[in-house]
Amino acid sequence: MEWSTFLWTTLGAFLTLCTFSFLYKDNPFYKFAEHLVVGVSAGYFALVLWHQSLIPNLFTRLNDGDWYFLWVNSSQWWYLIPAALGVMMWTRFSKKRSWISRWPIALYMGIAAGMAIPREMQARVIEQLHSAMLGVIDRSNFFGHSVFDTASGIASIIIFLGTLAALFYFFFSKEHVGVFKGISSFGIWILMIGFGASFGYTVMGRISLFVQRIQVLNDWTVNAWESGEVSYVLFWFLVFGIFLIWAMFEIVKYFMNKGSTPEQ
Amino acid sequence: MNIFDRLISLDRRWVFLALAVVCVITYLWDFKVPVNLSHEVQSIFDKVNALEEGDIIYMSVDYDPNALAELHPTTYALAELCFRKKIRVIFGTLSNLGQGMVDQVIRDISDSVKNDATYNGVFYQGREIVNGVDYVFLGYKPYPAMVIQAMGLDFRVPFPTDYYGTPLDNIPIMRGTKNFDQCKLVVDMAAGNVAEMWITYGHGNYGVPLALAVTGVMGADMYPYLGSGQVFGLAAGLLGAAQIEMLCDNPGRAMDGMRIQLFAHILIILFIVMGNIGFLATRNKNKMR
Repeated sequence: MEWSTFLWTTLGAFLTLCTFSFLYKDNPFYKFAEHLVVGVSAGYFALVLWHQSLIPNLFTRLNDGDWYFLWVNSSQWWYLIPAALGVMMWTRFSKKRSWISRWPIALYMGIAAGMAIPREMQARVIEQLHSAMLGVIDRSNFFGHSVFDTASGIASIIIFLGTLAALFYFFFSKEHVGVFKGISSFGIWILMIGFGASFGYTVMGRISLFVQRIQVLNDWTVNAWESGEVSYVLFWFLVFGIFLIWAMFEIVKYFMNKGSTPEQ
Repeated sequence: MNIFDRLISLDRRWVFLALAVVCVITYLWDFKVPVNLSHEVQSIFDKVNALEEGDIIYMSVDYDPNALAELHPTTYALAELCFRKKIRVIFGTLSNLGQGMVDQVIRDISDSVKNDATYNGVFYQGREIVNGVDYVFLGYKPYPAMVIQAMGLDFRVPFPTDYYGTPLDNIPIMRGTKNFDQCKLVVDMAAGNVAEMWITYGHGNYGVPLALAVTGVMGADMYPYLGSGQVFGLAAGLLGAAQIEMLCDNPGRAMDGMRIQLFAHILIILFIVMGNIGFLATRNKNKMR
């Protein structure tokens, strides 16, 4: 393994342990890793925006050399308008002139709302209503040639009734007694099953993150030993040794303080 | 303090420690667990596998390093399948740290495709994949909804150049490729609300055939879109990634992680049962008082 690769993978392993140390309690190792990731991300993102967005999408277009307008050598001079709106945003930093920034914000919000509202309604309300209702009366679900079609037909009925019952649970203009109590109980069960499914998936997601870190740590350990570069291995063992000493110190402190009353 | 009181007041750090021990032991213990296939994942593989040589697909890698555990395996498996079958791929990212993800995928898969391999009984001879011919990486642009809308009109509006600064008209794969109309399908690997933007604007505005690979946390929220036909396939979390790897006959980190998932889930279920037993026992004791 190359020295640089070994260095970076080791740093990754070290930062992984720094982050996991928070599970025990907040500590300087975790804080270091946390601040590092926030700082590096912010710096990286700023450069990405500059090189991937502003240069190709604005400056290059304002300097294509076909036409001359307002000292800008460009045939696409209208790109000056969003550029000016972008500059106006920066007036937020002046108490006197911050009102200017409301114009680009208003324009952006207006465009975004105009774009989003009809599309969101269509994709996330109308289409969902359509599938929830038509799934029930779609005869092919029941008279199809496979078991899966029949299963999806039964699922459509459950989804349809479950949606109505779950909505009814939040209908407070009528007291939930008698039949209405039954419907709202069915609704809460449907909601709980939904939350359960979400929770199950979330657990799987969180475990996946941990599994990936175990794989990374395992790769690092294997590579460190197999590389045969003993001096580097020893150096990083020293780094991890500090970590271990701290952890042991904390464990001893925990058992010594056990039973004593906390400071008021 | 009896055992039930101890169960209720158990320090959560013991739970973390138990979980860590179980995960590490299971990782070191090499065995296989069966992975059941689901229709929603099978349909992604079937659609991609049915594409012919020279077809173009758009792969949107919309996740950061914090989600690579669940989404990288899917990206790797599908990208390799495409390159092996000589399907051309347009990569893009709407996630600000996604560029590193795409760059890593391209480099690793380029190395992998150089070797001969047999997947699902089909022999693929190793070959060199060429930037601009076999794939193009458009790079990153902010504001996903607007970028998707703009790409639906013309890729050149949001992306005048590719990630490496080459104008799109000078790239062979992009000659004659104006917008989504020339792409057979879009596969979005997403961690966050970008997936819903692809549904709303990509499928909603332009009717692109869309498949999603999402993180486990998003999985349950995406199923309604599968039911309504707005997406034709869905691979959720590490399980979805493991199924993709299995279908591609290309086992990787997702299938490797499933055995750990199994025991971690069993342990969590045990903790939930223990917690509930403790809760019910102490509640009954308090009632009797």
